[in-house]
Amino acid sequence: MLIKELSVIPGVSGDETRVRNYIREKVTALGLPSHTDSLGNLYVSKEGRRRGAPPELMLTAHMDEVGLMVSSIEKSGHLRFYKVGGVYEEALISKPVKIGTADILGVIGAKAIHLQKKEERKKALTIENLYIDIGAKDKEDAEKVVKVGDYVSFYSEASRYEDIIRGKAFDNRAGCAALLEILKRDYPCSFTVVFTVQEEVGIRGARVAAYRVNPRLALVIETTIAADTPEIKEHELSTSLGGGPAFTVKDDSVIVHPHLLDRLVQVAGEQKRPYQFRRFGGSFTDAGAIATAGGGVAAAVISTPCRYIHSPLSMLNLKDWHHLVEIVDGFIRSIDEKGLEI
Amino acid sequence: MRGLIERLCTSYGPAGREEQVRAAIITEIVKLNESYTVDTLGNLVVHKSAAAGKKILVAAHMDEIGLMVTYIEENGFLRFTNLGGIPPGILWGLRVVFADGLVGVIGQEKIEGTRKPDLKQHYIDIGAADREEAQARVKIGDSAVYFAPVYQAGKRLSAKSLDNRIGCVVLLETLKRLGGLTLPVEVYFAFTVQEEVGLRGARTAAYRLKPDYGLAVDVTRVGDTPEPDFKTGVALGKGPAIKIMDSAVICHPGVTRLMQDVAEKKGIPFQPEVLERGGTDAGAIHLTREGVPSGALSIPCRYIHTPAEMVDLDDVENSIALLTELLKSTDW
Repeated sequence: MLIKELSVIPGVSGDETRVRNYIREKVTALGLPSHTDSLGNLYVSKEGRRRGAPPELMLTAHMDEVGLMVSSIEKSGHLRFYKVGGVYEEALISKPVKIGTADILGVIGAKAIHLQKKEERKKALTIENLYIDIGAKDKEDAEKVVKVGDYVSFYSEASRYEDIIRGKAFDNRAGCAALLEILKRDYPCSFTVVFTVQEEVGIRGARVAAYRVNPRLALVIETTIAADTPEIKEHELSTSLGGGPAFTVKDDSVIVHPHLLDRLVQVAGEQKRPYQFRRFGGSFTDAGAIATAGGGVAAAVISTPCRYIHSPLSMLNLKDWHHLVEIVDGFIRSIDEKGLEI
Repeated sequence: MRGLIERLCTSYGPAGREEQVRAAIITEIVKLNESYTVDTLGNLVVHKSAAAGKKILVAAHMDEIGLMVTYIEENGFLRFTNLGGIPPGILWGLRVVFADGLVGVIGQEKIEGTRKPDLKQHYIDIGAADREEAQARVKIGDSAVYFAPVYQAGKRLSAKSLDNRIGCVVLLETLKRLGGLTLPVEVYFAFTVQEEVGLRGARTAAYRLKPDYGLAVDVTRVGDTPEPDFKTGVALGKGPAIKIMDSAVICHPGVTRLMQDVAEKKGIPFQPEVLERGGTDAGAIHLTREGVPSGALSIPCRYIHTPAEMVDLDDVENSIALLTELLKSTDW
């Protein structure tokens, strides 16, 4: 399954090579031309049956995931690390990780619980109290296989139970998988798909991608916070698993163009598919960089709801993802058939 | 001018939903027999061409801060997020208005202990009995702005969204006074969108227009009230402020000097402005393409981002005078 295969590939922001190679292979197998820019964005031109018209629509999904980076190596051979993107720090303890391009295995360790003082036990362990243990006997031993600057990604299996799948990096490999699914299909119109880099560290890849593609309209495929957990009030839960794909009205980076939002809602309604609105108005997405690139782009966001994002193990409902793919499909056809005045 | 201020300040135009205020400004532009364009994000631009000379982008944002509906409760209350810097501490009991004129009252949940209230503990009450009734009037993604009348006492005028409708007034009045004059410089008057959420419209407008110089016209904070929350020498009634720096831009010294020189030569009072917290469109414009030397003319304003912002009408008049003289200057 595409999402599961994409999920297990290490691809922390700035280190998207293996994700990009996987996607490029799939895209090439479909006979589609693609190219990469200096930041590592992957551009795919999807030419429609009706040739000649310049593509005005760009669809994007970021390939990168949050993770860690080795910052120093202790005399004992333990690795200290930085966060790359908004990692859920308190969830790091005791998690398995892969380090560097050789996928050296490690575990995130801390002072043994038996030796912690009463006060220490009350506090969540943050980055200062944690290290990565690769089982090296000292610094010299560790340096044989890892170096400062090596990327560290979570090492989590992807698993499925009925419609629920669990794994790391669904944010935003679920988005990448959705666009790969779209690329398999046949459309009358042409459009450009971009798999972007470095979203998690400040929507960087999308900014240059939008500048290069210079589209009029953009739809960002994302994976967003589902917080339908016991402690959250209904109006604060943002999205629910199984409630259908989520439309963003605004976040900290973008106010979604009302005409695009209306069209997405219209398409979902015509298809009689469930959908929801993201109730949390914060955080950022590639849409923010795209909307303000060049002379301005009308941008919107559609997301698969996902619990526990930015942690080593997240969870989503495949039904939501399937509905998302069909709404995106319908949106492309709708833009082609009816146009969209901005 | 009082009528113009009233028309613009009572217009509806939260960030991202500027259609109504844009239409109101277009009406004024048409009265002046000027033509205009509107771009993808919604920036409104009037171009005053010149035979030769530098291109100057004068930008005033037309959007205002607002509230956007994110969820409708079963009992008909609306939950919302902020569009720009809404201060949570002042919301309880305020009235807000939607695009179609629907008015709601902001209520607040019980606040435990000494915690400061945050947005999530507030809701908008539009008088709906339940979700169904509310959904008939409002949908998720709809936005509201403060509902407040314009009030004048002597030279002081108070209204919602003087930030930055008063800047739009300065641009429109300047446009009117420049009338049929042939200018030594080419000027783009831009009424920009989405400033309150991160200077977004000005960024794309500047990219399209490729100006040689940028000039933002916006309000600035003052320190002339009892125990102000931060120190600044800027006061109401002492003339327009010529910006030297804020958190988004260090103004180009050449532009700042020209503004000061023109003000001195024409006997227009002014005050220097260093704003430690806050930014204007100049922040986005000066980083466009290869960089654009930029400055900003600020109208001093009290109680910014509340329903009762306050400016001094002499400051407004002097701001128009300064901008008009600046655009007639041959020293750019």
